[in-house]
Amino acid sequence: MEWIGVLIVNKKDSRVLLEIKNLYKKYGETTVLDNINLSISKGEVIVILGPSGCGKSTLLRCLNGLEKIQGGDIIFRDKSLVNGDVNWQEVRQQIGMVFQNYELFPHMTVIENIILGPVKVQKRDKKEVMEQARQLLDRVGLLDRENSYPRQLSGGQKQRVAIVRALCMNPEIMLFDEVTAALDPEMVREVLDVMLGLAKQGMTMIVVTHELSFARAVADRIVFIDKGRICEITEPREFFTKPKTERARHFLNRFQY
Amino acid sequence: MNLNWQFIIDSLPLYRQAAWATLKLGFWGILISLVIGLICSIALYLKLKGLKTIVKIYIELSRNTPLLIQLFFLYFGLTKLGITLSENTCAIIGLSFLGGSYMAEAFRSGLEAVSRSQIESGLSIGLSQAQLVRYVIFPQAFSVSMPSVAANCIFLLKETSIVGAIAVVDLMNVTKDLIGMYYQTFESLLMLVAAYLIIILPLSMLLTWLERRVRYAEFGN
Repeated sequence: MEWIGVLIVNKKDSRVLLEIKNLYKKYGETTVLDNINLSISKGEVIVILGPSGCGKSTLLRCLNGLEKIQGGDIIFRDKSLVNGDVNWQEVRQQIGMVFQNYELFPHMTVIENIILGPVKVQKRDKKEVMEQARQLLDRVGLLDRENSYPRQLSGGQKQRVAIVRALCMNPEIMLFDEVTAALDPEMVREVLDVMLGLAKQGMTMIVVTHELSFARAVADRIVFIDKGRICEITEPREFFTKPKTERARHFLNRFQY
Repeated sequence: MNLNWQFIIDSLPLYRQAAWATLKLGFWGILISLVIGLICSIALYLKLKGLKTIVKIYIELSRNTPLLIQLFFLYFGLTKLGITLSENTCAIIGLSFLGGSYMAEAFRSGLEAVSRSQIESGLSIGLSQAQLVRYVIFPQAFSVSMPSVAANCIFLLKETSIVGAIAVVDLMNVTKDLIGMYYQTFESLLMLVAAYLIIILPLSMLLTWLERRVRYAEFGN
C-alpha cells in the first residue's frame, strides 16, 4: 500500500473528492467547455480522451485555477473553487499538476526544483523535505541526478522530475496534461510506468493523454470529450470494445492502422 | 620614437585624480541607471496605466538624443530657467538619464523572455505573486538580461569621456588640457588610452565572469 510514504490511501474510497457541476468555459465568444459534469472519488483514476482542441487540457487547467470559468461550479473537498473567496495558493498545494513541456525551472537544480514548493510555500522543514525528495527521486530512478540542471536531462527524465516535484507537495489529486506528448517514443514508457505506479498506490489522478493502451490499463473511468462536451463516461473495457457514441467510435478508429 | 618619460611621470597624479573622477561618475551613473531601468522595465512589464506611457516617452527621448546634447541642456539650458546644478551633478544626471533607458530595455527583454508557462508552473505549486517574482521570474529574467546589462555598463563608462564638455575634470578633459598646455600630444593620449584600459578591462573581465556564473544554470558554458 505504501508508495514512498506519500500516499497511504484505500483504493476506491467512494468519497467524492472533486465535483464539476455544469461547467462552462468561453474564450471570448467561443464556448470551449459546455456543461461539463463529472465527479471524481478519492483514489480514482480518470482518463480524459478526445480529439485535439476538444477542451481536455482546458478542463484540467480550470481545476487548478489557471483558467477562469464562466459558469457552473467546481467543488473540491466540499468547498467551492468558484464562489466566495478561494485561496488558490492553498488549493494548488493539494492539486498537483504536470505539464506537457515539463516546465521545470531551468535555473534550479533538480533537487531545488523539487523542494521549492514544500519549503517556501508549505514552510516545511528543509531536512525532512530533502529526505522525501530523495526517496521520490530514487523511486523514479533519478537519485543520481539530484544536482543536475534540467538542461542536462532527457525529456523523459525531466518529466519524471516534474512528477516528483508535484508529488513532493503531498497533493490530494494529480493532474496530468498530455505529459508524454512531447517525448520521444522510447521515453514515453518510463514516464507512463511512474504514473501507473502512482495509480496502483491509490493516487487520485486525472489524466489527459493520447496513449490509448495506457488509458485502458490505468483508467477506472474514461471520459470522452468532443467539441467541449462530454460524450461518454464509461469503464475502459467498454469504451474500447463497444463505445456508445458514433463520435467515440470514429475517434478510436483513427488510431487503428 | 622618443617618449618624454619625465612628462609622463609628472602627469601621473593628474591622471590618477581624473581616473577617480571618471570612476566615481561611472559608478553613480551605472548604479542610478540600473535603478531607473529596473523601475521602468517593471512598469512596462506590468503594463501599469499612465506610468507606462511616461516610461515609453522617456525611453524614446533618452535613446534618440545624443548624450552631449542632454548634458548641454542640463548644464547650460536649465541654468537659464534658474536651475543651476554643478557640473558633476549634471554629468551624473545626464549619464543616468541615458543609461536608464538602455537598462530598461535590457531588463524588459529579460522579463519578457520568461514564458507564460513557467509562470503557470510556479503558480501550480502554490507560489504567491511575490514568491513567483523572487524565485522564478527575476532569476530567469536576469540571466537573459545579463549580457546586455554588462554591455551597457561598459558603454556608460566609455560615454563618460564626453562630460569634459561641461567642464567636469575627467580623463578626457585632463588630456585635452595637457595637450593644450605642453603639446605633448602623443604622451597624453597614450596615457589616456592606458587609463581607460586600466579602468574598463578589469570591469569587463569581472562582468564576463559574472555573466557566465549567472547563465550557467540555464545555458551552460
